[in-house]
Amino acid sequence: MKNNNEARAIVTIIGKDRVGILAAAAVEIAKMGANVITVSQNVNSSLFTMMMEIDIENMTGSCDDLSKNISSRLKDMKVSVMNSEIFNSMHTI
Amino acid sequence: MSLVNYDDVMETISMIQEENLDIRTTTMGISLIDCADSDIDKSCNKIYDKICRRAENLVAKADEISNELGIPIVNKRVSVTPISILLGVSGGDPVKYALTLDKAANSVGINFIGGYSALVQKGLSAGDGELIESIPEALARTNLVCSSVNIGSTKAGINMDAVAKMGFQIKKSAELTKDNQCIGAAKLVVFCNAVEDNPFMAGAFHGTGEADSVLSVGVSGPGVVRSVLSSMPSDAPLDEVAEAIKKTAFKITRVGQLVGTKVAKSLNLPFGIVDLSLAPTPAVGDSVAHILEEIGLEECGAHGTTAALAMLNDAVKKGGVMASSSVGGLSGAFIPVSEDAGMIEAARSGSLSIEKLEAMTSVCSVGLDMIVVQGDTTPEVISAIIADEAAIGMINSKTTAVRLIPAIGLKSGEELNFGGLLGYGPVMPLKTKSPAKMINRGGRIPAPIQSLKN
Repeated sequence: MKNNNEARAIVTIIGKDRVGILAAAAVEIAKMGANVITVSQNVNSSLFTMMMEIDIENMTGSCDDLSKNISSRLKDMKVSVMNSEIFNSMHTI
Repeated sequence: MSLVNYDDVMETISMIQEENLDIRTTTMGISLIDCADSDIDKSCNKIYDKICRRAENLVAKADEISNELGIPIVNKRVSVTPISILLGVSGGDPVKYALTLDKAANSVGINFIGGYSALVQKGLSAGDGELIESIPEALARTNLVCSSVNIGSTKAGINMDAVAKMGFQIKKSAELTKDNQCIGAAKLVVFCNAVEDNPFMAGAFHGTGEADSVLSVGVSGPGVVRSVLSSMPSDAPLDEVAEAIKKTAFKITRVGQLVGTKVAKSLNLPFGIVDLSLAPTPAVGDSVAHILEEIGLEECGAHGTTAALAMLNDAVKKGGVMASSSVGGLSGAFIPVSEDAGMIEAARSGSLSIEKLEAMTSVCSVGLDMIVVQGDTTPEVISAIIADEAAIGMINSKTTAVRLIPAIGLKSGEELNFGGLLGYGPVMPLKTKSPAKMINRGGRIPAPIQSLKN
């Protein structure tokens, strides 16, 4: 279990809702060889929020690269890709 | 099933993106004991080689982990064995060592190197006097070298001869760099109870009790603490405020621990310590003074500031200590005036005086830090300020330090601007009565009764 977590990252996207946000992110994730594990997304009064857990064991490039690639498709949205280790260490004892 | 909660993720992201949470410094401590040689040129060559060999990948690996985790690592630094020890073996011109350190720091791409230091709390040994004498020239001729001198401790008392000397050296450091914002004095710290594993500049050096090479980190996060407090009701009792600070400090420190252990592992070094500090920057929203104001002061420096800071400092330590396997360094809230937007405002408005800062230093980390004083301040007055601060450290068994910048050629009301993390600040007024007779007595203030613990 622990090993799996070490090779995972959390992708978040926030911004004004429109068609194709999730698709754009998924294309870039697939291009870099990362695998989507879970997705949760929500649209609330046209605000789109999404969190995705991805397996980056075989990803080519870094989280930072992926973040830049997704951002280049979704210029008006706030994108972040961070290794899940940082969340686990910050929020669990 | 994901173990990560949506709200936790969002909290972490807003801490980093909006509230300036970052790793302030990863500092590699490198022992230079095995570089000592009776020929100063050989000694310098060995130092250069060892620093370049050990710290070659520091910047690259830190950047790699910063990208991987998505958290900025602002500074990469090196601290070394106090150079006075090597100078004691080699003799010769101490500035050669400073130039060597500067060259090595440039080669490996770090932004500061600390350890042009001497520990003279009880007296001078070979090399100490020469090193102290050379500090102003060394700081004027280098860009990245930081210097510190320990002039007192709870165990040894205060070496008042050294205190008197340092008043002159601080002034001279400012004078020799007067065309460059008096920056020399900003790279020189005078300590009482200096710690051996401090990762923060300008006072970092690698103590003789440390391993050959270690990696330590200093975290930051005043903006995060302030944001948590601003979301609390304004009538929340102080124990709840302290509890909120504690929880936040825990989270901040966990990030430091994670980054520190990962960088250390990737460099194949033992992990040293996390310095649990709230280190401000001049950036908006990254101020310790603003936390104190959020707690409920109209402006930092008002009556009540010392109490608020004492609570903040204690809560940060309580939260942080559980979050890390090894805590060390200075650990506490820093109050460097020129590096903290709220302190600068309070100093400009006259709300924050040097007397209030002195009181604040008795309850928080470090001491009178980055304070701009008039250029015509006498060395005796600077020495007396050092003595006051060292006395607070000595009696309370804590680290205190003085980093004053005499603003050569500036009038009262004018400001120095160092740029970057060192910030900017107005000239702060000092007492005008002379302490010269006391300072000129020299000698030592004996170790206090607190030193007799055995």
